[in-house]
Amino acid sequence: MLAGILFALGVVGLLVRRNLVFVLMSVEIMLNAAGLAFVSAGARWAQADGQVMFIFILSMAASEVAVGLALVLQLYREKQSLDLDSVDEMKG
Amino acid sequence: MFKLLFLVPAIPFASFLWLATVGPRTSRRAVAIVGVGSIAACALLSLLLTGSYLVSPPLGGAYTQVLWTWIAAGGFTPQIGLYLDVLSLVMMLVVSFVSFVIHLYSAEFMLGEEGYSRFFAYMNLFVASMITLVLANNLLLLYLGWEGVGLCSYLLIGFWYQDSVNGAAAQKAFIVTRVGDTAFAIGLFLLFTHLGTLDIQELMRRASEQWSTGSSLAITAAALLLGGAVGKSAQLPLQTWLPDAMAGPTPTSALIHAATMVTAGVYLIARTHVLFSLAPPAQFAVAVVGAATLLLAGCSSLVQRDIKRILAYSTISQIGYMFLALGVGAWSAAIFHLMTHAFFKALLFLAAGVVIQALHHEHDIFKMGGLRRDLPYGFWGFVIGGSALAGLPLITAGFYSKDLILWHTWSSPQGSIALWIAGMIGVFLTSLYIYRLIFLVFYGDKKMEVSHRSHWRIKLPVVALCFLSIVGGFVNMPRALGNVTAFTDLLHASLPEALEANKAGMTEGLSEGLAAISFGCGLIAAYVLFLRRRSIANALGASSAGRAIHRFWFADWGMDWIYDRAFVRPVIWFSTIDRNDFIDAFYDGVAGLTELSWRALRATESGRVRWYAAWITAGTVIFVAIALWI
Repeated sequence: MLAGILFALGVVGLLVRRNLVFVLMSVEIMLNAAGLAFVSAGARWAQADGQVMFIFILSMAASEVAVGLALVLQLYREKQSLDLDSVDEMKG
Repeated sequence: MFKLLFLVPAIPFASFLWLATVGPRTSRRAVAIVGVGSIAACALLSLLLTGSYLVSPPLGGAYTQVLWTWIAAGGFTPQIGLYLDVLSLVMMLVVSFVSFVIHLYSAEFMLGEEGYSRFFAYMNLFVASMITLVLANNLLLLYLGWEGVGLCSYLLIGFWYQDSVNGAAAQKAFIVTRVGDTAFAIGLFLLFTHLGTLDIQELMRRASEQWSTGSSLAITAAALLLGGAVGKSAQLPLQTWLPDAMAGPTPTSALIHAATMVTAGVYLIARTHVLFSLAPPAQFAVAVVGAATLLLAGCSSLVQRDIKRILAYSTISQIGYMFLALGVGAWSAAIFHLMTHAFFKALLFLAAGVVIQALHHEHDIFKMGGLRRDLPYGFWGFVIGGSALAGLPLITAGFYSKDLILWHTWSSPQGSIALWIAGMIGVFLTSLYIYRLIFLVFYGDKKMEVSHRSHWRIKLPVVALCFLSIVGGFVNMPRALGNVTAFTDLLHASLPEALEANKAGMTEGLSEGLAAISFGCGLIAAYVLFLRRRSIANALGASSAGRAIHRFWFADWGMDWIYDRAFVRPVIWFSTIDRNDFIDAFYDGVAGLTELSWRALRATESGRVRWYAAWITAGTVIFVAIALWI
């Protein structure tokens, strides 16, 4: 239940925020919501797999943030802003 | 020794691959060494094979080397296999040796040209294809070689591709021969569906077992093969491509369009002679085509101005002789003439190359004259080659081979007096047009300065071919003159002997004597008309009838004009009025639909990352919902 609310919050944050840092934070919230769901499900059915998945998600999130923040820095140098809608060069 | 047979086509092919890939980045010297050296190895190997064949012939007079099975589909299993009997041995020897001599010549002749290695790559591919054609043990492999030489012919006619005239000539050659090749391919389908094999020897055996003489299937099959041969050998009515093919470099004309490729049709008919014996009407058609072609092309040759076009028409006319011999069942006489013709016609083209190069690529014989002293090699090449072509009695090769054909035309059961008379007129015409050329080019007043001295690589091939044009005929002499029959005896191992049924009113010696007289008349007429009394020739040409005939013959009896009206214009006309038919509408509709969907889908590609995320979310929600509730 809590995980579901957290995940929804993350999705909404991702969609409404224009600042790239906040978008990244929303992604983190979604990942953690999924992790929470795994852990609680693992506790509920007494399986160790849930915790294994969470550690996996944790390490993945760490590397994703590293790449994501590097991209944010690059984008800021390029555009002098963190507005997501400013990057629409790939428009068809 | 015979195990090395596969190397004869493999060496030039390997050299082609090297020249095509590495060649352009290496020096001209390396290109010449590889290009000529490979053919030299090929000729040497043929010579060795011939030697060991003569010393110890293989079992049954033929050696078959199967390399691998090409395709295996149901009952259809053509092999990559080589078949060496006397007929293919002679062809292989002639092809490889003439190729070697001409390659040596081209190493010097083409030295100043762009695309030196491209030229040698094409030439080596040609030799590989031609030898495949000659040695193939089944008709499908023969067809592969057949198309391979056609391709090389196309590439080499259009060698100077920057000039669009050459490209048009190359396309014409390719398309016109394609007409014949289509007939040939249909003939192959017919033979396979009815006899169940394409292996030549097996095919001939089954044909003679299953088909009776004169059966309609045999006639159809033979006629279709004849169609292929007519296209490749530039016989009536598909001869129009050969004169235009002279747009290619002169060594190409010598090798492909005189000595080897154009005689492939003769080889095909000789190879499948059993089939033609089963179909007397088709064989008679071969004789008629040959006789008609030799007369028509002889007349056309008489009025040309371009030195190479004269020789091209002469080639057509000489192949007409070979067809005539095939048509009357004198198979080995045809192959004999094929061999001597390869020597003297290659010689004439090489000598023409000497003249053309010395005169800054001038082709018009009326602008030449008095070159006798300045170009001794060109002059003697022309005199010896021309005399062999016209059949100067006793000392030239052409005399023996042509007289053998004429005698068989009279004496064989399929022969007739009409065909013999055609052959005799042909002898007169040949001698007239070739001495006209020689007198105009080498005698009279000097009109142009000679700029170029020949290298040994030019001289040596000319001398070698001069020698062969003289001694090439001594392997086979008529009864009245020594009765040497080494060549025909050899060939009878694979080709049946010509019958001598009708000897009434003529002996072999008399036929030869008349041919010699006919030759002499042509020589004297040429001497009078083109050297002593040019005014007579000019008066003849200036009269209105003379002018009309001149124009008519010059344009090859209007054949090009007829084809242009009958085939080319209707197609162009139809394609202009039929520009927008329903098939076009269909494809236009497809294109329009694609453009419409492109416009619609383009709108979704907004470049806004948050919209993409929203769409992904929405899609996920919908799919999860579908998965949960449905």
